[in-house]
Amino acid sequence: MKFGVVVFPGSNCDYDTLYVLKHVFNQKATFLWHKEHDLKKVDCVILPGGFSYGDYLRAGAIARFSPLMLEVQEFASRGGLVLGICNGFQVLQELGLLPGAMLRNKNLKFLCQYVYLRLENNHTPFTLKGRKGQVLKIPIAHFDGNFFAPPEVIQSIKKNEQITLRYCEPNGALSEEANVNGSLENIAGIVNEKGNVMGMMPHPERASESILGSEDGRIIFESIITWSERKR
Amino acid sequence: MKVRVLVLYKESVLDPQGQTVKNALNMLGYKYVKDVRQGKIFELELDQISQEEAEKIIPEISNKVLTNPIIEKFSWEIIE
Repeated sequence: MKFGVVVFPGSNCDYDTLYVLKHVFNQKATFLWHKEHDLKKVDCVILPGGFSYGDYLRAGAIARFSPLMLEVQEFASRGGLVLGICNGFQVLQELGLLPGAMLRNKNLKFLCQYVYLRLENNHTPFTLKGRKGQVLKIPIAHFDGNFFAPPEVIQSIKKNEQITLRYCEPNGALSEEANVNGSLENIAGIVNEKGNVMGMMPHPERASESILGSEDGRIIFESIITWSERKR
Repeated sequence: MKVRVLVLYKESVLDPQGQTVKNALNMLGYKYVKDVRQGKIFELELDQISQEEAEKIIPEISNKVLTNPIIEKFSWEIIE
């Protein structure tokens, strides 16, 4: 399958993501420049981490108006797979493809550390290689990852089982301490209602090789690849 | 025409930066400071626009760009 990694001014995980797709998973992968109107016939679009437009105004707020985002919206509406990692998650929220918004972390600190995540739903194209309840160790690196949505939205995403990842203890228990950024419902990752768009604050591309300390992020990419092959 | 747009978190949203400022003020002895909300100010200079048009355009761009309506609210005024 072919992946496209969107590049905004200020993206800084674009090369890591492309590297992992090409050299760890042996997939076709190409950069997609934000100013173009061409998705280059990719099967999955990844919005990488970073600080698009320096996080000016709000994280993801300017990137959301990039020309390529029109194509991404259209691609998503046709059921195409879109994954937003960290800043990419924030862009997808600003675009309205995913619910909620990110507030500053509860302790007002930039958090760069490993976290434990409980996989809540393995019925999505992004998580199907995992088990429900499985605990993953993947790093985060963000200032604004404190997931917020109004109560009625939280209710509906819970009811539709849109929560895919939750911050947890190493044993999988949910706690306030493990919820490092203060997210409502310990939310670290969600999908849209249709399940073809996912956003996650942790960085799976930084946890795909044992030499980097964890391979737990592989589940996300392996799921996408498996889902795409089954569909073919 | 010059317009000032004030953006604040909605009441339902916790403002940890405002809380930190409040705590600092309390620590300095300003005990009567009960709450602080921190926001953003935008000053827009508009050219060749009637007041009527401005009244339509300012809320539009505030909702579309200057705020994220999920967490923020705005108010605005003509200052020049």
